[in-house]
Amino acid sequence: MGILEVQNVNKHFGGLHALNNVNLDVKEGAIHAIIGPNGAGKSTFLNCLIGKLAPDTGSVMFQGEPVLGKKPYQINQMGISRVFQTPEIFSDLTVFENVMIPCFAHRDGSFMLNAWKAIKGETDIREQADRILLDVNMQDKLHMNAASLSRGDKRRLELAMCLSQDPKLMLLDEPTAGMARADTNATIDLLRDISEKRGITMVIIEHDMHVVFSLADTISVLAQGAIIAEGLPDEIKGHPKVREAYLGEAEV
Amino acid sequence: MISKLKNNDKLLMIVFAILVLAGPIILAPFGAGYPDLLQRFAIFGILAVGYNILFGLTGYLSFGHAAFLGVGSYSTVWMFKLLTMNIIPGIILAVIMSGLFALLIGFITLRRSGIYFSILTLAFAQMSYSLAYSVLTPITNGETGLQLSLADARVLDPVNTSGSIPSTNLFGLEMNDTWRTTILGMDFQFNVGFYVSAFILIGMFYLSIRIFRSPFGLMLRAIKSNQNRLIYTGINTRPYTLAAFVISGMYAGLAGGLLASMDPLAGAERMQWTESGSIILMVILGGTGTLLGPVLGAGVIKYFEAIFSRINENVLHAWFDILPGFMENAMVWIVLPFVGKGWQLTLGLVFMLVVIFLPGGLMEGATRIGNWVMKLKNRGSADSTKTSAKTSAKSSDE
Repeated sequence: MGILEVQNVNKHFGGLHALNNVNLDVKEGAIHAIIGPNGAGKSTFLNCLIGKLAPDTGSVMFQGEPVLGKKPYQINQMGISRVFQTPEIFSDLTVFENVMIPCFAHRDGSFMLNAWKAIKGETDIREQADRILLDVNMQDKLHMNAASLSRGDKRRLELAMCLSQDPKLMLLDEPTAGMARADTNATIDLLRDISEKRGITMVIIEHDMHVVFSLADTISVLAQGAIIAEGLPDEIKGHPKVREAYLGEAEV
Repeated sequence: MISKLKNNDKLLMIVFAILVLAGPIILAPFGAGYPDLLQRFAIFGILAVGYNILFGLTGYLSFGHAAFLGVGSYSTVWMFKLLTMNIIPGIILAVIMSGLFALLIGFITLRRSGIYFSILTLAFAQMSYSLAYSVLTPITNGETGLQLSLADARVLDPVNTSGSIPSTNLFGLEMNDTWRTTILGMDFQFNVGFYVSAFILIGMFYLSIRIFRSPFGLMLRAIKSNQNRLIYTGINTRPYTLAAFVISGMYAGLAGGLLASMDPLAGAERMQWTESGSIILMVILGGTGTLLGPVLGAGVIKYFEAIFSRINENVLHAWFDILPGFMENAMVWIVLPFVGKGWQLTLGLVFMLVVIFLPGGLMEGATRIGNWVMKLKNRGSADSTKTSAKTSAKSSDE
């Protein structure tokens, strides 16, 4: 029994069969990578998991509860957090405010009319936000406007925002896209650290083989909307189908 | 109560209260110290502060707020007709009715965002205007507007034997009561209606500060910044936008009720979309999303409306009297289109200048001047007290 179970998910876009009977079983606490060439359906698949897209058929169960049919904010409240390919943050707000928002969402639920309370008085939220920012090493940028952060810092901030919700499952869409090698390695360490210390399950979509093979416990290979191989990193490396579909084109 | 605000906010609140209460004294030298205009400053200030909670925080641009203003006015006048000339029940009904109305309109229009939301609110406002103008004549009295008459019931008030319509009051204090005094040849007028509006404005300003500084306000700002991220952070944004819409609608209803309390009649033209447009102008001119800006914007626009519209050819000739005849005529010819009936032309020019050069509104201008003054001051005293320069630079950052 995995924390996330995907069964027979199909999705069509007009004549394109974007997802073809996709099955996935993610073990609790594991880092599960999904790789595949461009247009293989990776992002479509992730969007189906967070409620952005509704698959045509199939079921997605999270901790035994159905995910499909729920609104994105409800799916998030179940404990599924998403990190986007281009960092999605509140760029008009300060770094500190950015982190406080998910803390509020975690404590107060999807809506609370607390217009008379002062943020200044919310000591528990402020302490939590401080702690999280310390975790990702951004405590010196507390009062900076999020828009003025570097790209790498924006990613770290988004990660911090997801972490502050104490999620059970994190979905990461190319967390190291466009990063220099040093930053990529720092991110790998950070993600491994999070996974080990907090036991958060992760599903990672990634192009960079270096990231995939240094992080993933299990790898699924998606090609033309179908999963063509699944297994431990070593098994995937040597898999003939995978070499043909994907790795053959890239350097390993 | 006030200690719960940040230190800066406490200061802001005190300065604001003093400025508002001293309005009749401060504005008298500018020819704006008469009750009618002062009341408008305060009432439209309330309207703009409320509109800013929606537009300034969430970024949802509503073209429909005049409808709530109208609903408030009609409700209040009906209370004057049926119940009592005391303004309290009227204003309470105005706030409740506009709140319900905003709940209904908001529930439908907030299904969309951006330009579609704006168009939907515009459609609703125009619909309300047409309804008030024609179909709902039994309630609104159509084009004539809802007025008081001697035959009205006013069940709570003592029987009226004076033969004239009683005036609106607050437990006996009549709204049009004015205490006049002349100091140094200057005429000061302290009007009951203005002070009632002013105290409500101060209260509403305090409420808006509370909302700005609350977790609720933070969520509203997050909606403006990145609604998508907020949804994927587990927040249901609809109730937040709806609550903001209803709160700002109630502010508008309160303003409408106060307008009717100062001058007990309500007409459909108050609901027209141009009125909504002028609310938006007030907020943008003053500074969207700032606390003080909307009040400032409302004041400037109402000042232009009242003062510039009264300048006519004779006044202009008097202004340019010192110039030789042909130049005097030339100057009058140039300036004339911008005053009197053309006052909106001046307002348009000012608005364009502000939006182009000060996108943050008049408040941005004030901040820039403040920083500039601070810099000059620091430069002057830089050698002797370096530490004070550092601390003041720090405080301007915050």
